[in-house]
Amino acid sequence: MNVSLLLILLLVGAFATYLAGDKLASKVALFFSLAVLGCSIVLLNHFNAGENISFINQWISQPNISFALQADGLSLAMLLLTTALTPLIIFSSFGNEYKNAKSFYALILFMAFAMAGTFLAADGLLYYIFWELSLIPIYFIALLWGNGDAEERKTAVVKFFIYTLAGSLFMLVAFIYLYQRAGSLLIDDLYKLDLTASEQLWIFLAFFLAYAIKIPIIPFHTWQAKVYQKAPTVGTMLLSGIMLKMGLYSVIRWQLPIAPLAAKQYMFVFIALGIAGVIYGSIVALRQKDLKKLLAYSSLAHVGLIAAGAYTLTLDGLRGAVLQMIAHGFVVVGLFFAAEIIFRRYDTRTISEMGGIRSQSPKFTSMFMILVLASVALPSTFNFVGEFTVLYSLSQINIWFAILGGTTIILGAYYMLKMFQHVMLGETNKKIFADVTLNEGLTMVIIVAVLFFFGMYPKPIIDLITPSLENILTQINRN
Amino acid sequence: MNTLIAITGLGVLCLLFEILNLRKAIVPMTIIGLLAILGLTVSEFNTSGSFYNNMIVVNKFSMAFSSLFIVLTIFLVGLSHNFYEDHQSKLSDFIAIKIFLLSGAVAMVSFGNLAMFFLGIEVLSISLYVLAASNRMNLKSNEAGMKYFLMGSFASGIILFGICLIYGAMGSFDVVEISELSRSAELPIWFPIGIAMVTIGMLFKIAAVPFHFWAPDVYEGSPALTTATMSTLAKVVAMATLYKLLSVMNANISYAFQIIIVVLSIASMTVGNIMALRQTNVKRMLAFSGISHAGFMLMALLSLSTSASDLLYYASTYSLAGIAAFSVILYVCKNRDNEDIVNFHGLGKTNPLLAAVLTGALLSMAGIPIFSGFFAKLVLFNQTIEAGYLVVVIVAVINSIISVGYYFKLILAMYTKEPNEERAGTPFFIYAVAVVSIALNVVLGLFPSLVLDLLG
Repeated sequence: MNVSLLLILLLVGAFATYLAGDKLASKVALFFSLAVLGCSIVLLNHFNAGENISFINQWISQPNISFALQADGLSLAMLLLTTALTPLIIFSSFGNEYKNAKSFYALILFMAFAMAGTFLAADGLLYYIFWELSLIPIYFIALLWGNGDAEERKTAVVKFFIYTLAGSLFMLVAFIYLYQRAGSLLIDDLYKLDLTASEQLWIFLAFFLAYAIKIPIIPFHTWQAKVYQKAPTVGTMLLSGIMLKMGLYSVIRWQLPIAPLAAKQYMFVFIALGIAGVIYGSIVALRQKDLKKLLAYSSLAHVGLIAAGAYTLTLDGLRGAVLQMIAHGFVVVGLFFAAEIIFRRYDTRTISEMGGIRSQSPKFTSMFMILVLASVALPSTFNFVGEFTVLYSLSQINIWFAILGGTTIILGAYYMLKMFQHVMLGETNKKIFADVTLNEGLTMVIIVAVLFFFGMYPKPIIDLITPSLENILTQINRN
Repeated sequence: MNTLIAITGLGVLCLLFEILNLRKAIVPMTIIGLLAILGLTVSEFNTSGSFYNNMIVVNKFSMAFSSLFIVLTIFLVGLSHNFYEDHQSKLSDFIAIKIFLLSGAVAMVSFGNLAMFFLGIEVLSISLYVLAASNRMNLKSNEAGMKYFLMGSFASGIILFGICLIYGAMGSFDVVEISELSRSAELPIWFPIGIAMVTIGMLFKIAAVPFHFWAPDVYEGSPALTTATMSTLAKVVAMATLYKLLSVMNANISYAFQIIIVVLSIASMTVGNIMALRQTNVKRMLAFSGISHAGFMLMALLSLSTSASDLLYYASTYSLAGIAAFSVILYVCKNRDNEDIVNFHGLGKTNPLLAAVLTGALLSMAGIPIFSGFFAKLVLFNQTIEAGYLVVVIVAVINSIISVGYYFKLILAMYTKEPNEERAGTPFFIYAVAVVSIALNVVLGLFPSLVLDLLG
């Protein structure tokens, strides 16, 4: 049994969903995504038992490209994030009616396929293909099922597409250049390359363009808020929960080990860009009137901190970044889902039009409160573990980075709690806020449970990712 | 050689069908005939030889490209059934002209003598002139035919003049002899001038900047099926021929010449893409996109000795995507007076299958994986960086981004606008061609080695 099975299952699932027709599509998609989750847990067990679950096969002979899927702890952690969030995201959409549902759910599974492939690929070209492939489904999901004015949405989504494509094409040039040097694009061969400092700098920058746009890091973030706002909630969840983690994962997997000299030399610049994102995102979030946009900017602040953590090039920084990636994935999906629950009842995303939900639905309010607190990294939540480790690693580099990065918690607490106050307390909106349904409650409970469980007991994940991060760190420090 | 004879025979048969009153059978019979010829070509793939005093030289290169041309012609003939519905009486003529066009194309990639090359290019061009003006009651079609004829014959004249100069310098039309003589130390100045003139003539046929001015008008005015022929088959033929001309006659291509190719390639890509952004007529847009693709294919000339299979791959993917796109255009714009983008509004709702095919074709042209257009660009970029022209690749990458802009304009129109009217009918041939060509495109994307290893 190897990881290719998982990808095949997702692809088959996408086709089956499309063929199942509009009525059954959501259930078939949920079934397949749960099957994939089960499959990935089985794979995790195989991996922990020391079995080989990689899949490597020659694909193109000239140029020499392999179909290589390799799973180490880091890949598996990201894979589990993808396969765990996909059923949650699909399940969260059960309360909505989508026209042409079969295409919608098929695209979600197809996107999960591409993202899982990105996390597993161990050949540069294969990785690039999966990376690009994930762009097509999200483009159509945001374009066709999004909300708001069609023209505005079109502009936002096309801008997003061209932006990300532009970034990744430069990554492709870097890969071709690396191919010329190594004669293969297998990640192990690329790690072995001995590149000069200036070569590394150019390759680092080409990668950086692709990843900074995807993550997004300031000043490449301008596509983000509009797309998050205009996309359907499912699309926003996919984007913020999993897709931007592709960028962060790639920094750790591809960019840092291949061009470590450049990463070391310009470390301060990149950490500073990450921290700038933290401060900028937090300040802009303070002034948002639209709930989804506020969450988008808060997400910008959090990923800025994660990127800064990864660029510290310390074990703590990398580990904290990965932990925070997973934690942020769950929290952000939960928060966007909460926004969707409110939207289903009030038909608005404007914060000032909400209010008084607490008195009508205390259950929802308490779950929302937990998510808000997790998002501002309250101790005993998963986010605390990640954020704290990252801040600790930043303080090792320079105490000011940690202090400035710490504003994510202070400012975050301020705007999130202010938002909570306006949304949940205060005057009641005229419309009645019906209590959460079983489906909605179940999704929220699962997310909250995951956040608490790993907040108390992050050891399984730390044990899973640490060996592979140590390997990557040896690569980074090889000369 | 057998291929060429068989194709010519098939062309004559097509004309006979009309006399025998077998009009209904023409399209299926021709397709079966072409499939047989394709089988013949593939079965003889590994044989090489020369015929008639080296007039025709058959090798892997000519066989591979001939196969591609035959495949494209099969698609074009398949589309004819529906397209010429209203001109039943001329169906055999149009099909026969397409077959003769194919014979010219095959002659162009398997020439061993410059006289044969010129013969091929004239057979091809004259067929195209006729096809461009074939909608004779339409003013635009007449204009297109006339324009194409005047400009094309001028280009042919330049080619002929170049051939004369080469003959004057070398004393032979035979490419092998020319190639041997060109390695000697002292070359008369006529020789490079002759090569340059032949190249200019071919660049005209490819529609590369700055010899591209005819393309948009001719593409727009010609009947849509002729435009499909010009932008897929004719362009690929001309590109392959130019590649062959330069590689067989002039083994050591000079640095200055390479710089000119670099400039032309960059100019073609950029001008084509930027002009395409502003077009509202889909045929014009594809004409400009074709100019930019010509720029991409010119990159293959920078590493002449090694890039034959890359060019073959690029040509296959580009033309297959082109065929898929044009089959949808034929369906959508049937019985319309123009091919404006408005006609495509809401195609995603009224006909999801064909909309998906067109989306796939455009994504392939834009170079998005898993469509084979991506791999075509990849191998070409790889080859060009190896040849040391990183700058061209970076410009090409920027151009790929620009091209997304106009390809997506069409995709957006199909999916986000409301349909203006229903289209009835599901013409079998158009569906078959559209689906098969895009499927071939994806198969080439999944297994690039199928083509890339052919000429290795």
